[in-house]
Order: sequence, then structure tokens, then C-alpha cells
Amino acid sequence: MNYSPLLISLRAAIIATIITFILGIYAAYLTTKLNKFKGLVDGVLTLPLVLPPTVVGFFLLILLGKNSLVGRFLSLYDVSIVFSEAATIIASAVVSFPLMYRTARGAFEQLDRDMIYVAKTLGLSNHKIFLKLMLPNSFSSIMAGTILAFARALGEFGATIMLAGNIPGKTQTMAVAVYSAVQAGNRTLAYKWVTVMVIISFVSMIIMNKLERVQVGKVGN
Amino acid sequence: MLYAKIKKEFNNFKLDVEFETNGETLALLGASGCGKSMTLKCIAGVEKPDEGQIILNNRVLFDSKKKINLLPQRRKVGLLFQSYALFPNMTLKQNIAIGVPKKQKNKEEIIDEKIRAFSLEGLENNYPHQLSGGQQQRVALARMLVNEPEILMLDEPFSALDEHLRWQMEQELISILKAHKGSTLYVSHNKDEVYRICDKVAVFNNGKIEEINHKEILFNHPTTYTTAILTGCKNIFRARKISDNKVYVIDLGVELICNHAVKENVKYIGIYTHNLKLSSNDKSENTFKFNILDVVNNLFSYILVLSSIGKDDMDSNFKIYMEISEDEFNGIKDKQSVYLHFNKEHILLLND
Repeated sequence: MNYSPLLISLRAAIIATIITFILGIYAAYLTTKLNKFKGLVDGVLTLPLVLPPTVVGFFLLILLGKNSLVGRFLSLYDVSIVFSEAATIIASAVVSFPLMYRTARGAFEQLDRDMIYVAKTLGLSNHKIFLKLMLPNSFSSIMAGTILAFARALGEFGATIMLAGNIPGKTQTMAVAVYSAVQAGNRTLAYKWVTVMVIISFVSMIIMNKLERVQVGKVGN
Repeated sequence: MLYAKIKKEFNNFKLDVEFETNGETLALLGASGCGKSMTLKCIAGVEKPDEGQIILNNRVLFDSKKKINLLPQRRKVGLLFQSYALFPNMTLKQNIAIGVPKKQKNKEEIIDEKIRAFSLEGLENNYPHQLSGGQQQRVALARMLVNEPEILMLDEPFSALDEHLRWQMEQELISILKAHKGSTLYVSHNKDEVYRICDKVAVFNNGKIEEINHKEILFNHPTTYTTAILTGCKNIFRARKISDNKVYVIDLGVELICNHAVKENVKYIGIYTHNLKLSSNDKSENTFKFNILDVVNNLFSYILVLSSIGKDDMDSNFKIYMEISEDEFNGIKDKQSVYLHFNKEHILLLND
């Protein structure tokens, strides 16, 4: 058995999760501060969650393809995103982003408003409030969101096959490998990949449930 | 010194207040949802007024015309909430330490001193959820004071505490306020607490300040219906002017002689339960006969519920409540009706 789909999937999912972690939390922080256009911004950021992944992939193709602005710019340096390993990461990141963004936003909105107000009057900068109060006090939700985003990124299929294609050893992820195996009539191979994915997903859920019970400041009781 | 003029519309509610304090403790007294908390938040800078001006000790914190809106971080105001708003991820000591201004050098000393002053020794490494309500409130107070604010703003600070603890905390707060040089704003809906803690009172009603005055004047001579209710007046009746010193009480069907000149706009008369006195006959002025409807047994006194003669149905809205001692109660125990004297010194003439 060729293990490249597992490695490609894991690499894409891990890098995508790191990207969504940073961007998702930051986007959540910024939108909680918005007064105008909050609904619109929220809608746009959540779109990849509700759209069919193939549609997301289609948009990405238009945005990053050879004839797009980005594509033309990158071709000056002989770089192409479509059908590359980077495409697997981008597809996974875009699709898993809303999960991270929404859980972080929910956690920030649930924080005690009075606590933030007091922190401001005590002279704490917004930056410090974010790092020392908002993040630690929404630790468990953010961790849960991270695992959820990771699981989603790992299982990404639609957008990946649109943007990254199905090149064995290069862009063929586990989810795509299952599809290919079934298409080729190789049931045994499909079963193997399905088993691997079920195990990884299951472990992720267990970790998430554990993390949700951890509450910062409530240790050492 | 604080001067505040705030106009703000939110959720179909209009806040429009103007007041100033000069080093005293000013209570913002009013029913919930009348704009008291919003006023504090506007002064703290965590909410922005639509229009107005806020000046604290000659520093302009907010001015809509000059487009000045200082960050809450730079306003030097202290906020204290009913929910304590401690930082749950920090220990007691960290909670206080975070309030110490950066310019302070002997940070440790300041923290230790505050911990001692609020008798929180030995609890330094506890997290907020491991502390009792009273301890949490002390930490919140210490954290606010250590920041050296120029004005203290307390939003119903003791509402979450039980009565005994509340009393203790109140005593501690009174001594803190005595030591504090600047002004204090105290939001509350509790008249007794306000009277014990504050110097002046501003009565809030529906986003406006109805009356603002020294507590003695305001509590003894409220001039509006809302103030009378908020200061605990249970007997308020519709009335109209008859002459310069007489009113007709519509709800009771009696005429009362008043001590002070009756104004044209008088709409109600009021009298506190403890200012009504029993009388043996109706020969003297302002004395009338009323039926006894009910007697409520209070902790250390009795409340008589009375109604006008001929209007003794229980559905009547016009009941008179008066407080009497146990001795007085024993004297009238078997009676159906009593003579009641409305002392003209104590009759409150109220408008809307």
C-alpha cells in the first residue's frame, strides 16, 4: 500500500488548521468589534460552510486559476497553484475556516461584557485584553473549534478535487483516494483508507470532548 | 469634579441627562432600565453618547462638538459591577496586580498592602470561583482602588450579597468612600442603601433626571410622584388645589390644610407611613375617620391598612398605610375604625 495519500492529507490538514487557527480567531475578534456590516461580513466568512464544496472549489479556480490576476502574477515566477500541493492546503483551509471562525466568535460573544469593560477602565490595552483575557477564558471552545476544523480539513474532498485534482503522490488525499479506489473497482484499497479516516476522525472527537471539559482557572480545586 | 451631559438613543429608549458632582457621593436612584447603568458606561467610555460633554477634573473625556472621545483606558475611572467581573483565569493576586498603574515602582508592596487592607491574606493564590461572594467583591474593590481612579462608579455593587454580608460590605465601603478624594457615582434602586451611603441623590425616571438634591431634602420633601415612590412613600393620592394652603384629595374625598403654599401644578399628595398619627377624635384639623381593613404584622411594628368610610370594599385602590408601634396597636385592637391625623408639616405636594 502506498502511504502518500495519508501524508498528503495530514500535511494539508495540519498546515490548513494552523492557517485557520490564526485567521479564524483574528477574524472572530475583528467582527465582534464591528458595528456596521456585521451581518454582511459574517455571511461572507461563513459562506464556505454552507456552499457545496465543489462550488467553493469552483470559486477558488476562478480566483487562483491560470487566467486570474493571482495566477498571471504567479506565472511570472513560474509558480502555479492549480493542481499543486499548495492547492490541497488552500482548499482545506478555506473550507475549514468558518468552523474555527464561528466557534471563536461564539466564545468571544459569551464572555462577560462587564469583565472586558472593567479591564478597559483599568488601562489594559485592547491587545492585552485579547491575549490575557479573551483567549484564555475561551480556551476550551477554541480548542474544540480547532479540532473540528482539523477534522473537516482532513476530510476535504469537493474543493480539493476541483482545485488540486487527483494526482497520485502529489495531490491525491485520502478522501480522493477512496473515491479513486471505488472508481477503479479496488474495494480492498477503499476499505483501508476508510478505516484510517474513521480512526483519525474518532480520535479527534474524543480529544475534543476531553478539551471541552477543561476550564481555565478551575484547575487545582 | 465631574460634569456630564449625555444624550443617547438605544433600543427605542432615550437617555437625556445632565448633572455634576463636586467630590461627593452621588446616588443614581431609579427603577431598573431607566438609564442609570448606561450613564455610567458612557462616562467610563465603554459606550459612546450620541451627543454631549463629559468633563472630569478639568480633563475633557468626551465632547461631541469638538469630536473628543478619550479611550476608556485613558479616562482614569473606576468601575465596579454587581457581577464583580473578576478575571476568572487569574488568581486573586494577579487580579489585583493587573490594576496597578505601570508608573508604580513598588508594585509588590502596593498589592500586599491592599490585600491586607481588605483582609484577603492567605487567599492570594485562589481563583475567583474559590472565593465567597463577599471576598470576590473585596477583590473587585481592591483592584479598582489600586488603579487610582479619579472617580469611582459603582453599579449596584451589593445586589448579589445576602443581607448580613451586605451590611458588612456597606460599612467597609462607607469608610473607603470617606478616604477617597474624588467623586463617586453609586447606582442603586435601594432607597435605604442610598440614604446610608450617599450625600446627594439624582432620581432617574425613564432616561431623565427628575430631581437632584441632598439626600435629607430629597427624602423628606420629594416634589415629584416618582421621587416619592422611590423614597418609599406608600400613601400617594390624586389631589387638586383649592386655595393657597388647601388641597382636595380626590381619592379620599377629604380636604387637607397644608403648611406651604400650594402650587397650581399639584397633582398628588403623599405622606410617609411613619408620619401618619392616630388621634382620639376628629376635632383638630386634618383629622378624619377611616375604617380598618387589615393589619400586617411587621418585624418590629404593625402596618394598618385603612380605607375611607363608605369605600370599604377590598377592591378599592385607595388604601392608606400607616406604621404603628405594638403599644399603639394594643390600644386600637378591637376597633373597627380610627381617627387619623395628617400632620401638615409632613404632607408632600407632588407633581408628575
